[in-house]
Amino acid sequence: MNEQAAVVSLKSVTKDFARGGVRALEEIDLDVRPREFISLIGPSGCGKSTLLRIIGDLVQPTAGEVVVNGKQAHQARLDRDYGIVFQDAVLYDWRTVAKNIALPLEMLGWDRERRSERVGEMVKLVELAGFEDHYPWQLSGGMQQRVSIARALAFDPPLLLMDEPFGALDEMTRERMNMELLRIWQESGSTIVFVTHSIAEAVFLSTRVVVLSPRPARITGVVDNDLPQPRNTDTREQERFFELVTEVRELLRTGDRSGEELRA
Amino acid sequence: MLRRGLVFVAVLAGLWALWEAYRAFGVAVSLTWPFEVNGRTMPHIHDMIGQLFEPSRRNGPLLIEVLGKAALFTAKEAAVGFALGAGVGFLIAVALVHSTLLQRGFLPYIVASQTIPILAIAPMVVVWLGGRGLPGWFSVSVIAAYLTFFPVAINALRGLQSADPRAHELMNSYAASRWTVLWKLRVPASLPYLFAAFKIAATACVVGAIIGELPASIQDGLGGAILNFNQYYASSPESLWATNIIAALLGIAFFLVIVLAEKLVVRRAPEHFV
Repeated sequence: MNEQAAVVSLKSVTKDFARGGVRALEEIDLDVRPREFISLIGPSGCGKSTLLRIIGDLVQPTAGEVVVNGKQAHQARLDRDYGIVFQDAVLYDWRTVAKNIALPLEMLGWDRERRSERVGEMVKLVELAGFEDHYPWQLSGGMQQRVSIARALAFDPPLLLMDEPFGALDEMTRERMNMELLRIWQESGSTIVFVTHSIAEAVFLSTRVVVLSPRPARITGVVDNDLPQPRNTDTREQERFFELVTEVRELLRTGDRSGEELRA
Repeated sequence: MLRRGLVFVAVLAGLWALWEAYRAFGVAVSLTWPFEVNGRTMPHIHDMIGQLFEPSRRNGPLLIEVLGKAALFTAKEAAVGFALGAGVGFLIAVALVHSTLLQRGFLPYIVASQTIPILAIAPMVVVWLGGRGLPGWFSVSVIAAYLTFFPVAINALRGLQSADPRAHELMNSYAASRWTVLWKLRVPASLPYLFAAFKIAATACVVGAIIGELPASIQDGLGGAILNFNQYYASSPESLWATNIIAALLGIAFFLVIVLAEKLVVRRAPEHFV
């Protein structure tokens, strides 16, 4: 696959925070191909959320090049080339479920009829039919996050950025949401960059796991995930699953060690 | 709803009883501190209300008719003042929220504007607007607006800044214009703050209108009535008290209109309602 086809292409991306001169990211190189499900995993505070925001042109890198969908990240944002899901659902609580999902469609100037048709589809996709007229505060955390995923996918962006979207959910809800996300990913055909600090979640979901070191984050290693698709609850019990989990864990540890050496 | 009604009646009856009990006690022991209690300093509440249904002067209309007309007149001044003040206050907040420079430069003067007593401002407003061919009551509305715009500007500014940074990031991810962010995020997020300000402003604009009538020499409103009955306090204290009751009711009515509007407009979790 050539570079033109990459959905996200990062070249030597470095980020220094002005305050205190802290280096968050160092020389990050990464290509995300169409239909990939990439997980970014690293210790908390390592800068993986910052990296996600740099891809989304919400934070500017200090150095390096960010290309999204074949254009500069800034242009990609102007063209609404990606949807984003945060750790909290970030729903507007004066809007109903249907109106929250329709928010990006309003921005794009879709007419009412087209909006409500798409909202109907999205509500079905995230299995919230019947809750269209509910307000966010009437929903559970898991349901709120499904609304936020529906909102991100509503305008059919080629890229979905997810910043620890299930981090605030309990383990059971989280595993169910993982299953649903995989189904949605397959049905929608989008490319996903997913930030997490859960090794199991990263291995279960991704086609590739990108392991980051503690600050300043560098890519310690990339694990190709050959677990068969479609994945289901049995996937978590396969031997290969545990091997991959171990591999990721080892890489996280290596990153830690090299960090210590650097500090020493 | 029934319970709230009962509580309302119970509190009203309690206050009534308190007034009358203090009065009876004061008369019985000839209280002189903090003031002497008698029919002049503390008329019976039933006398105040009774006074409303007496002729306001010999062969004249009932006092309640006179005060009702005056209250409507003042209500018009106050309502126009409220609309003017709320509009200006909101626009100021919108301007300030988009510019830290403006905020730093202007906010101190906006605060300072409220340290000037309204009685000092009122005559100037009357002089400025009096020669413009505008009706006299409009000067009073401007004075009421002067009291209204401040809480609205300060609270609206706070409300327009109240949305979560993530909610702004989301707007950013859509490459939303400032205008879109204003209408789809900042303004809806500011509504609870705005209505808190409107509640303060609703009573302030009534007070502003009543006070504004004095330097404007307007006789048709509650301010005129208060001034008038003040002169006859020695012979008929109940009239002034009755006027105060009507003025209070007008303030409460303005407040309730805002509460009602809030229930219709603001969609929030039930615990957000007061």
